[in-house]
Amino acid sequence: MQKTAGLIKKRVLELLADGTVTKVLGWKEGDFIYDVTPASFLSAQEADGLVYSSFCGANLSKYLISECKALTEGKILALLKPCDTYSFNQLLTEHRIDRDKVYVIGVGCKGMLDIEKIKAMGIKGITKVIDNGKELDIKTIYGSKTCKREDALLEKCLCCKSKNFKAFDEIIDPEPETKEEKADRFAKVSELEAMTAEERYAFWQEQLSKCIRCNACRNVCPACSCMKCVFDNPVSGVSSKANTDSFEEKMFHIIRAFHVAGRCTDCGECSRVCPQNIPLHLLNRKFIKDINELYGEYQAGEEVGSRAPLADFTFDDAEPSVVNERGNS
Amino acid sequence: MKKIEKAKLNDLLARLAEASTLYLPVRKGGKVNFAKWTKDEEYCADELKTVKSAKDVFFPQSENIVSFKRESSKITILPKELPTDRTVIFGVRACDAKSFDILDSVFMSEPADSFYTARRNSAVIITTACSTPEETCFCGVFGIDPANPGADIQTWFVGEELFWEALSEKGKALTEELSDMLSDADEKEVEDEKSRISEITKQLPLNGLSLENFGGDKTNELFDAAQWEKLSQSCIGCGTCTFVCPTCQCYDIRDYDTGNDIRRYRCWDSCMYSDFTMCAHGTNRPTQLQRFRQRFMHKLVYFPANNNGEFSCVGCGRCVSSCPISMNIAKVIKSFGGDNK
Repeated sequence: MQKTAGLIKKRVLELLADGTVTKVLGWKEGDFIYDVTPASFLSAQEADGLVYSSFCGANLSKYLISECKALTEGKILALLKPCDTYSFNQLLTEHRIDRDKVYVIGVGCKGMLDIEKIKAMGIKGITKVIDNGKELDIKTIYGSKTCKREDALLEKCLCCKSKNFKAFDEIIDPEPETKEEKADRFAKVSELEAMTAEERYAFWQEQLSKCIRCNACRNVCPACSCMKCVFDNPVSGVSSKANTDSFEEKMFHIIRAFHVAGRCTDCGECSRVCPQNIPLHLLNRKFIKDINELYGEYQAGEEVGSRAPLADFTFDDAEPSVVNERGNS
Repeated sequence: MKKIEKAKLNDLLARLAEASTLYLPVRKGGKVNFAKWTKDEEYCADELKTVKSAKDVFFPQSENIVSFKRESSKITILPKELPTDRTVIFGVRACDAKSFDILDSVFMSEPADSFYTARRNSAVIITTACSTPEETCFCGVFGIDPANPGADIQTWFVGEELFWEALSEKGKALTEELSDMLSDADEKEVEDEKSRISEITKQLPLNGLSLENFGGDKTNELFDAAQWEKLSQSCIGCGTCTFVCPTCQCYDIRDYDTGNDIRRYRCWDSCMYSDFTMCAHGTNRPTQLQRFRQRFMHKLVYFPANNNGEFSCVGCGRCVSSCPISMNIAKVIKSFGGDNK
């Protein structure tokens, strides 16, 4: 990873120097290795603070909406992982960003780390994490610990969509497509589908009642790019900051999942940022699974300009009555 | 000093729950938060920090405060009754205990908030010392000692026992009620535990932050500082930091039309939200930079200006670990030259 970081820095400085880009979107160092912050850099001097590590799991695509609007000259360099490029394409499809204003460096990815998972192993007081490829050496105020890298991967990395970039201007340190068996991303969805309605209700009730309405899931979501969200608009009649009852939470999250259905690339940011660890990605994956089954396989962001099944019409489309035939349990 | 075997702690909790509403950290859906305890719940004694702080008990995230009902031409106003039942909060950490003092100065100064005051007056707070402080903790910066967490009763888990020390009159009265379950204890073990905790807190990476560049008289100096732009540039404007924060106290009041009556509720608000303090003029704080600055200026400048120099942060570090983009008050303090390491 240090090698990758070095290659990135070298290219960033070259591209800033030759005028290809005027701004760089990357990460800034934190206090404990794992708390890197997305940041933009305007000069070689500023770019000295650019870092890249196994904790750069955040999807930076959404920042490009405001960056493209604000950019008056030149291009902005964006460091995107393969999975981020799906969101990038989806934003292009929705005309939310301007391709001509962005210079994409695709950065090869071995899977990103989730500090929450490391902490959940009971490792406390973490001050440093050294990624050795197979194992992580973790320095803590209570001594050194180790854990397997694969046990600390972000949820989204367990069923990595692809190691290939769906959009890029150049690529740094690409990873070969893994031959290893990936986890089935619909496994948990199928498990929920197999439950009785009461069991499923209990599952979501327990999860969604934890919601604190912080809106982190919405604000981080690249598909949630409305200028003014209906839930922030006092005249909409549904605007609410309160978690008045568990119904509110269900309504908020289900409406959001409906709204991004067919546009969600399954980037997993919603679940990554949830302070209460609500598995929100499962709502999105349910929609993706249904779309795949009813309209044929579709991956949002796979290519620019593709027509999402829910925004398209073909004579082979499923009839609305399919709702009655499916899962009444 | 009193003590009880850890194995008998559940009996003690059951006794507390008989005579009071008992709140303590319990796990639900995989995450630990303060919630009403029942016999089926397990007290998560090892969890250092609940996701949300304990402030919900006195200042719920949302609550109805009054309702209005109309029948023909008559409008009835139905005020909500004030809670009077005794509440016990168990397992509060030093940082959260200190946050109650900060909230008190907001809600209990005149004109006092009747809901908050009623709940606060009927509560007994039992704190627990932090046996394993984490890297995100920096309560020491605000003069808080996790080895002496304070409040009505303070406790320490040492070995297979829980040591118990009543501090306030309320705490002594409750300890008396439980006297048949508690036995007298020697202070030696607790003193050893306190020194052990103090040794750990010295190593905490953020405990060396300095607040010398902040305070009630710094408004003009800090308001237009260049740092805010870089600090706030990646903020996604969510309310995570404010909602996990033990000292954030802002709320909104709205009416909800159920079709049958009108319910006036108040709910936590976040200065990070675009409609925070929105008034008719519609120009409250139009940029995220302004909203972001408001949060930290409030905690580190405006609050001390109005509260004898007291900062409205307790260094619990919840925002440090839960911010989606890892921006937080520690980084803000450092960027203004507060890194004393």
